Amino acid sequence: MASTIRVRAVANGDVTEVQALVQHPMDSGFVKDAQGNIIPPHHIEVVDFQHAGKTVFTALWGPAVAKDPYVKFSFKGAQKGDDLSVSWVDNKGESDSLVAKVL
Amino acid sequence: MTIQTALDRTRRSVIKTALAGLAAAIALPALVRRAVAADAALWPKDAFMQKTEAEAIKALYGKDVEVSDKVKLDAPEIAENGAVVPVSVSSALPDVTSIALIVSENPYPLAASYKLPPGTAGTVANRLKMAKTSKVTALVESGGKIYSASREVKVTVGGCGG
Repeated sequence: MASTIRVRAVANGDVTEVQALVQHPMDSGFVKDAQGNIIPPHHIEVVDFQHAGKTVFTALWGPAVAKDPYVKFSFKGAQKGDDLSVSWVDNKGESDSLVAKVL
Repeated sequence: MTIQTALDRTRRSVIKTALAGLAAAIALPALVRRAVAADAALWPKDAFMQKTEAEAIKALYGKDVEVSDKVKLDAPEIAENGAVVPVSVSSALPDVTSIALIVSENPYPLAASYKLPPGTAGTVANRLKMAKTSKVTALVESGGKIYSASREVKVTVGGCGG
């Protein structure tokens, strides 16, 4: 299966801008399905971004983050061709990870 | 060779290929996953479970918040679809260590919290869900103090109920 994570990290001088998109329902626990049953909460809790063995960004998400979450941030110290690791874990213990190259 | 045995053979090879593919699909992510793993224990459950803005801020930071014009919160004035509201935060403050976003009228006001180690810029963009028209607040932690900026976002169609 293809990864749930899509990430684009572009180095511009000393600063690397990262945009990440994760495929996830992010069910809030307040929405009902067609039969009127509550869809239980199912959302990502933690997303970890690492460069050179160090965390450069941690996202802590509640159920109010939109479906198929998007996040953008930037950090210093990466070079073109470096690895950027992304991993997430949700409230059901499901997880995924990906290693992307800095462009 | 009868048609039946030929079919059986094809079926067998199809199953074999499928099984091999499945085994690879299971083994591969297991290897990649060892590189990094997000730690679920980092999630501040207490703060995310609070039902009011004040309690969420107290649970997350436990400090007073100072309104500051150095915090810049970008959000639409009117969000037609509360299920996807683009919100971004930036600031002119030095050494930002965390950014949090609060939607006051949501069932759980704390929407997202970001930890920024040294070297990471004090700016973040994401997309939130809003149940209804609400005040949206950005909290920026800099030098151990919490600064905030708020704005009202009108929601035409809510993004939290059914």
